[in-house]
This record gives sequence, C-alpha cells and structure tokens, in this order.
Amino acid sequence: MTDQVEPSAPAAPKLEPDFVPEVEKPWLQTWRMFAKNRAALFGLVLLSVIVGMAVLGPTLYPADPYDIVWAPQSPPGTEGFILGTDYLGRDLLAGIIYGSRATLIVGAAAALITIVIGILVGALAGYYRGWVEELLMRITEFFQVLPPLLLAMVLVLLFSPTLVTISIAIGVVSWTATARLARAEFLRIRELEYVKGARSIGARNSRIIWLVILPNAAPPLIVSAAFAVGIAILFEAGLSFLELNDPNIMSWGYMIGSNRPYVLESWWAVTFPGIAIFLTVLAVSLIGDGLNDALNPRLRQR
Amino acid sequence: MNTPSPILSVADLAVEFDMRDGVARVIDDLSFDLMPGETLGIVGESGCGKSMTALSIMRLVPMPPGRIAGGEIRLDGENLVAASDVRIREIRGNEISMIFQEPMTSLNPVYTVGDQIAETVRLHEGLSKRDARDRAIEMLRAVAIPAPEARVEEYPHQLSGGMRQRVMIAMALTCRPRVLIADEPTTALDVTVQAQIFDLLRDLKEQTQTAIILITHDMGVIAEMAQRVVVMYAGRKVEDAPVDELLLNPKHPYSQGLIACVPHLQAVPTVERPPLMEIPGVVPSVSELGRGGCPFAPRCAQAMDRCRQQMPPPSTVAPGHQVACWLIDETRAA
Repeated sequence: MTDQVEPSAPAAPKLEPDFVPEVEKPWLQTWRMFAKNRAALFGLVLLSVIVGMAVLGPTLYPADPYDIVWAPQSPPGTEGFILGTDYLGRDLLAGIIYGSRATLIVGAAAALITIVIGILVGALAGYYRGWVEELLMRITEFFQVLPPLLLAMVLVLLFSPTLVTISIAIGVVSWTATARLARAEFLRIRELEYVKGARSIGARNSRIIWLVILPNAAPPLIVSAAFAVGIAILFEAGLSFLELNDPNIMSWGYMIGSNRPYVLESWWAVTFPGIAIFLTVLAVSLIGDGLNDALNPRLRQR
Repeated sequence: MNTPSPILSVADLAVEFDMRDGVARVIDDLSFDLMPGETLGIVGESGCGKSMTALSIMRLVPMPPGRIAGGEIRLDGENLVAASDVRIREIRGNEISMIFQEPMTSLNPVYTVGDQIAETVRLHEGLSKRDARDRAIEMLRAVAIPAPEARVEEYPHQLSGGMRQRVMIAMALTCRPRVLIADEPTTALDVTVQAQIFDLLRDLKEQTQTAIILITHDMGVIAEMAQRVVVMYAGRKVEDAPVDELLLNPKHPYSQGLIACVPHLQAVPTVERPPLMEIPGVVPSVSELGRGGCPFAPRCAQAMDRCRQQMPPPSTVAPGHQVACWLIDETRAA
C-alpha cells in the first residue's frame, strides 16, 4: 500500500550538510535596504542637521528670538544678522533656531499620540471583531468626518495653547488613518497560520495582540508614523500661523503668520521660516519613503 | 473498546457554523477513541471536516461563526468542551499540541526559531530565558536539525520547508504532550522530505509515547504510520477500523474509493496495472449537509433508494471495525 517499492529506508537520511548560513538580524537588513536609497539617506542627514540645530543651536548662537536687536525689516546680512530681522527688529536666525524646537517636539509628540491611539483602536477592532470592531470603527468614522484643522483649533482654544495641548489636539484629530491601517493589518494577520499556532500553544489574547501580531504589522505602521510626523509639523505650523501657538516658544508658523502683512517689504521674514518648514517635512517624508521601501517584504526578498 | 482506557475520547461531537442561509453542521455525530501511544489516522477529502475535528479538540474552532454544538471531548476523562478558557490554555501546547499543514506560514517571521520553541515552555513551565533556550537547543537536536546551537538564533525564512516543519514538531513536543495532532504535516513538502518527517515522528513517538492523531488524505501515509483509521465524509465518520483491516477489507464504498484512487508502484513496472479509479463528484458543500440520507449517496455507485432517505447508523462488522453503510445490512441479509 505504500508509495515505496523497497522497505522503508533504514536510517533517517542525512539532512543538509552542517552548513549554517550567516545570520543577519532583520533590522540590519532593513538598514541595508534603507542605505541603498539615496533620497532617504539625504532625508536622514537633513533631519539630523535640523535636530542638531534644535539641540545645539541655542548654545552656539545664544540669542533670544523675542529680543529686538536691530532696525525692523533689515535684509539678510545686515550687521551680522545672517537672515536679517523681522517687522519688530527681532533676529530671524534666532527665531529659526528656537522655532525648530517647537516644530520637532510637537511633530514627534503629536505623531506619537496619533500612532498610539491609532494602533490601540485598530488593534482591538481588528483582533476582536464583532461589537468591539463595530463600536470602535463608528467612533473612528465620527472623528474622520470632523474637519481636522477646525477641531484642532477648537481644542487648542478651549485649553490654552501650550506645547502639550497643541500636541494632543493634533494627535486627536489625525489618528483615524492609522487606526484604519492597523485594523486592516490585524484583520489580515489574525487569520495567518502562526497566529493559530500561537493560540495552539496556549498564548492568551493580550500576548497574541501585542507580541505576535503587532510586530508583524509594524512595517506599514512605522512608515505611517514617519508620515504622521510630517503632517503634525504642518499642522503645528498652521496653528501657529493663526497665532494658536505657545506664546513662550518661538515657532516657524508663528513667524510666517506674524510677518505676513509685511511680506512685500520684507520677503525674507516669511521665506526663511517657510523654507525651514519645507525642508523638515521633506526630510521626514524622504525617510518615511525610504522606510517604506526598506520594510516592504516584497521588495526585501533577495 | 479494549481494556486500556482511551487518552482522548470524542463522543457525539457536533460542530455548527452560522451561514448566511441558516446553520450548517460541519461535524455531526462524530465519535472515536485515541489510545495512549496509538497513532490514529483520520482520512477524507478536503472539506470532510478533518481539520475541523482537530480544531475542535484544541477548542480553536473560530467562534463566531462556529460553535461546538454538542458532544464531548474527553482528555483522560476531563471534558474539554466544558473546560474554562484558562484551563484550555493550560492544555494547549502542554497536553495536546498541534502541527499545522503549512510550515512556510506557521512560524512567526519576526522571532528566531529558538525563541518560538522556548515560548511554549516559558508559557507552561515558567522556565527562565536561559533554561528555555537550552531546552530549545535540546529539542532542535531531538528533531535532527544540524548545528542546533547556531540554528536556534535563526529566523524562519532562513530555513527550508522541511527544517521548518521540524521546528514545528519541536515546538509541539517541547512540553511532552500526551496527544499530538498533526494536520497534514507533509502536504506542503517534497516527497523525500515527507519520508524524513514521518521517520522523525515515528522515532519521537517511540521515545515519548505521545499519542498521535494524523490527519491526511494520503492512504499511503496512513498505511505507514497509523494503527487505526477513521474515514470521514461530509463531517461524519463512515468507517473506523484497524489499519490493515481497512486497507485489505474496506467496507464503505467511500473508503474503497479512497484506496482505489492511489497509484501504486510495482516491483515489475511492465506488469499490467489495475486502472486508477476516481470517485466521481465532489464533497457536498457545508450548506448541503444534513438533508437526510447518506451524504455519500449522490456519489456512490451502489446507492439504493434507502441510502437517499435514511442515514445509515454505524454497525460493527468485525472487532474494532465499524461502518456506517446500508450495504452492510444488504450483505448480511443475503
């Protein structure tokens, strides 16, 4: 009845020779893919420069961005003020340097809030299905149909504008896309064999959600986190433009907003903060794009 | 049955699924016993409820839409159908474990194989990281993976299909379960690798005395591995017999068909071969189940009027040999 003619082989045949291929940790492989992407590397360098400026800038260039230091609307280069002064005579370079702090802090914090809420909602909805999913996705839809900038403005106005409230407001209005993405990933992965396998060795739900499915859902979520940083930076700039910024901390958006009426007399006062915002968002997006390529399993196959 | 009491006993198991147009009984009236140290084969075509039986024993039937609608599954006397979720988690991986069909997708790609094997013991025996790792290496050695100290640090994608299935077996056996369910463990593998895996399973079974439920559609595999066979069709048991008895003297037309449709290698290749038979038709879809009458009747060459009206009850034709078919009555009457 067997498929074999001869009696079954006497001993288990030798497997492959004792050759063990070199182990490459997944993160190393990701880095290799990332480093191949020149644009992404450029983004990384650019972002490093901006972060360096935020961290070290105030020590290297100790000037208060709110101090009136020279004649208003002096063009770039006047009396050693490399970027000139604004409509009140404040040093623009100091503004750019200090402004990078608000931008980066709000960008990172808001993106973190976005990702945390998004993953929490998406993971629970996608894993448990049923009424949990129904409820959470209706809430998601509710937030999706609210105009985000308007909602963020209302939130910031209700609680006085500080870095914390601004970050929370931005996070609260922009988590829906991440939640949908996380849910989709969880819906896909929960049906895979190794999730069944984890259940079959006696793992509990919390373990399966956070330690089995989430690490496998991470690549697209990391990419979405990178883009969330860019969006949050733009949001922060938009709110500050409307003077909904922390009045104690200089911000690029505020610089553009406050100098807007004088744009014809002193173009530089709005242009340089604008360039700063542009470059930061560009850097973050390039990194996000690079991560997308590096983490995409289909592109990673050798 | 015999004197020793079964380690696992399934009685009158029924599993239902909610479908768009009503309830489908995907498993009905299923009863079988698994003796300690025995290998029981469950055969049938795709969609016969073999895998669902395995999932029911592990209490892994997706619910909703599925549910265990009736019957008992007793592990050493303890009814798993009524057990609490906490108890079930203790049993899974520890007393009953399972090997899945697809070694390519049943390992988690983001953890090393060592971590995954260690996971099982850490969950059930609360070993320290270091001890669990040592156990993982020991298990990798037990499943004959070369250089286990190095392999333990590897990720699933670095291993071949056969190696991955070995890792799965290592995972399933780390806690020395009393029952191992192997759901088509070699379907996705090359024939040569398949033979290796079965050799391994047989060796390990001898060492650990684990009882195995082997789910397959391959009669050749059954002949080599199993002591007893349950043939399933459309969620029901149609025949249950010792392996030799079933292969030499199958009573149910479906069992006969399953055996006749396997090509055999012959010692002298030029000898005229018996024609390869096929079973016409396909397994009924779940929504067609439970219409009364024998579910196999539409495909059965020997079907009688009675077959289309009444479900044949299981009857014993020889010691330990049960068949659910009206033909048995006919031959008896004759």
